[in-house]
Parts: sequence; C-alpha cells; structure tokens
Amino acid sequence: MMQLNCPWCGPRDENEFACGGSSHIARPGLAASDQVWGEYLFFRDNPKGVHRERWRHVQGCGQWFNVARHTVTHEVLSVYAVTDAPPKLG
Amino acid sequence: MNYSVWSLLRGALSGHRHWLPAWRTPTPKRTYDVLIVGGGGHGLATAYYLAKNHGISNVAVIERGWIGGGNTGRNTTIVRSNYLYPQSARLYDFSLKLYEGLSRALNFNIMLSQRGLVALAHSRHDLDSMSRWVNAMQMNGIAAELLTREQVGTLAPALDMSLQARFPVLGGLAQRRAGTARHDAVAWGYARAASALGVDIIQNCEVTGFVKRADGRVLGLDTSGGRILADRVGIAAAGHSSVLAKLAGFRLPVTSYALQAMVTEPIKPLLDTVILSPGAGAYVSQSDKGEMVIGAGLDLFPSYAQRGSFAVTQGVLAATLALFPSFGRLRLLRQWAGIVDVVHDSSPIIGPTPVPGLYINCGWGTGGFKAIPVGGWTLAHVLATGANHELAEPFQLQRFITGRFVDEAAASGIAH
Repeated sequence: MMQLNCPWCGPRDENEFACGGSSHIARPGLAASDQVWGEYLFFRDNPKGVHRERWRHVQGCGQWFNVARHTVTHEVLSVYAVTDAPPKLG
Repeated sequence: MNYSVWSLLRGALSGHRHWLPAWRTPTPKRTYDVLIVGGGGHGLATAYYLAKNHGISNVAVIERGWIGGGNTGRNTTIVRSNYLYPQSARLYDFSLKLYEGLSRALNFNIMLSQRGLVALAHSRHDLDSMSRWVNAMQMNGIAAELLTREQVGTLAPALDMSLQARFPVLGGLAQRRAGTARHDAVAWGYARAASALGVDIIQNCEVTGFVKRADGRVLGLDTSGGRILADRVGIAAAGHSSVLAKLAGFRLPVTSYALQAMVTEPIKPLLDTVILSPGAGAYVSQSDKGEMVIGAGLDLFPSYAQRGSFAVTQGVLAATLALFPSFGRLRLLRQWAGIVDVVHDSSPIIGPTPVPGLYINCGWGTGGFKAIPVGGWTLAHVLATGANHELAEPFQLQRFITGRFVDEAAASGIAH
C-alpha cells in the first residue's frame, strides 16, 4: 500500500488520505473570459510523470499539504506545505 | 476467409491447417487518407466504420503496443445502456444495438451474452433513486424494471439476502438487454473486418509527435517507425489522451485514474447475471470460463500505473464478500488496472480538437467498453465528413467552456 508522509502525523497508509487534484493553479480574475474560466476549472496537464498535487489527511489531522509524486511509479519525490512554491526537483 | 460451420468442418477434416492470420501485418505506407492513433476497440471500430460506412479504406491504425492490449483487454466486459439523460441514452443504446448485431456484421463471434444487469438497492433512498432512474430510462425508450427483494434473491441466489447483512438487499433495477461480451473478440473482430476492407493495422509503433503545417493544421505523425502523413488524424487513446494532446499542443479536461478489476479461480456456473452494487462499490459477473469477474471503483488519485493500489483491492473484495459470503472460499487469480480518462461530467468527448484536422474520441472514463461501436461510428463520421454525427453533437470539447454538460457523474445512471 502506498504511504504518504503527513507533515504533522508522519507516514500513514494512503487510505487515510484524500487527493485534492493538481496544485498551483492560479484563479483568474472576475473579468476573465469564458475560455479562461473554463480552462481554470476543468483543463489539466494530467502528466505522465511528476505531478504536483494536494492531499488532505482526512482520517487524521485533517490538514492539507502538497505532494510531488510520479504518476507511473507513485514515488513521492517531495512533501511540502500547501502555501509553498513548487520545489525544484533534482 | 469467411468463418462458418463449414470452414470449421473443413478444418476438422484437414487438421485445421487452412486457417490464415485474422488480419494482415503490413509495412506502413508513407501517406494515408486517415490515421487513427490507438489500436483499442474504439480505434479499430473507427477504422472499420471509415471503410464500411464511408468507403475510406486508405487508413492506418497506429498502436504503441499490441491491439486490444490496453483498456479493451482490461475491462470487465459489461455492456449496458442504463443512463439517465436523453443524450446519453441515445448514444449508449445505439451502441448496445450495434453490439446486438455485431457478431453477424463482423463475421466474428463476440460472444455477446445478454444476461441482464441488476443494480442493487440497499436503502430506502436507493429504492427512491432507482424509481427515478427506471422512469428516466423508460421515458428514453429503454426497457428497465424495478425488482422486488424476492425477485433479486431468485435471480442471484448466492447473494446474502439476510436483513442483518452489511448491505441488505431491498430491491434492484434490472436492464434485461444488458450483459457481457468477449472483450478481446471485439478488438479482434473489428481488426479482422477492417483489415479485410484494406485498413493497415500497425502494431508496436509509438507516436512521438504531430507533423503540422505552418498554419497549425495537422499533416501527419512522427512515429517510432518513421514519419507517416495524412491530412486527417483521429485519437482514440483513452487514459493516454492527455499525453497525445500535449504532443499536439493542447490540453484536455481529462484526469487519468487507475480502474481495477480482478478474477477468481474458475468455478461451476453460479451467477448468470451481472450484479452491481453502487452502494458497496463493487460489481460481479461470471465469465464463460467460470471465473468471477470483480470490478472496483477508481483509485482516486491521478495514475498511469496499470496495477491499482492495494487499498482499493482490499475495499472491493470486502464489499464483494459482504454481498456474496460464499466467495470467501475462492482464490483470487489475477488483479490488474486500466488507465481511464475521467472528465467532470462523466460523458465522452467525440469531435474536433483545437488543432485543425485532428479529431478525438476520449473521456469515456470507467465505461468505454460498452461504447466501442458508437465511439467508432461517430469518430469515423466526423473524420469522413468533417461534421459531427448527430449522436455526438452534445459531446463536444466546447461544453467545458460553455458549461452545457451532460452530467452523468451527478446522475444515478453511472457506477462510479
């Protein structure tokens, strides 16, 4: 079973967590066109490779945090705070 | 070669040495009229209907691995059309009707078995929403019926019918025309029929880029086997649609997830219908070989790993054992996952892309197998004529900008 390292509770099994989708998506301004707004809401990179995503420890502390994870190997490359900028991965 | 009882008898007398490969293995030409990326059911069906319905047979299907080796070979083989909205009902029932005539049309036995599908109600609320679901289906002209608890118990005696069960069975919804079909045979049947009409099926050939004109129009593909040109290209790549879209320079409203399935060791006939429990999160049917085929919900995080996580395997097996306690004695034979292309309204995308000349068929999510005939039919139509097929008109990429969704995700007509 995949484990995630919750920044507050330490390593826990994946079924304690819920994935909240892609991180670092900037919300456009209220004057944005339908095209821009639709892309903000629905269109995603959906990479086959490293994906930066939000997770929440729903069955634990309830906190959100960011994870950089490979979508083929499921290897977790980085865990960082929800407001942090995406880390550079070596 | 026409398959018939006579060709079988002839083979019996001659040691079965007269059979030919079901499809050709050609060297790719430099140019085609149409290229299809993806040799699964949808891609092969597209090629077949291009040749059959539109007379366009100068077509190549480009497949990275082997045909039918992706989701076509990984699904739980269920066909049904129990959707809620009129647009979806028309689309999926057209598909089921094509399935009903497919063995004859392709001269290839796809082993369609209309054994019926029963969705279980475990609560008063399930019963209420199923009444609505049955009404919607009947309004759309698709036969459906509500079953009492006793009727469900008679149809599937192996179910735990005790009222103390973790998921007590209070009733069900049946679509009698639903059932299963042999998944590999659907791919092979379409491949054989398309190949006989002149379509080139090119396996072990990976698309590495799109060739475009200065004004952005698609001109062909760069592949691991060299450059192949065509002025129209169709993509039917399910969970890998976003990867191809990125190569072509646009994004899709798609997220790829792993969807698991598993089979037990084969046993004698025990279950002659498809049992689906949206509440428990599992569905079960018995294959012709006797294996219990068990389908799960999604692993709810983006993944391109065709294996699925243990947490979901454990959950779906617990749910299956709660429904069918006697399965506890069976051994699990195999477990796997396919990568499915999920969109927010759980409805497909069939039509043009932002790249002129490039068309796509994706977004079927967890339910692509049942839609293979209609997916191929409608993608072939738009590739051949440049205009959307009437059935595909509500299912355009543009709906994610306009907000005109066909929201089967929020409807009860979908398992996941």
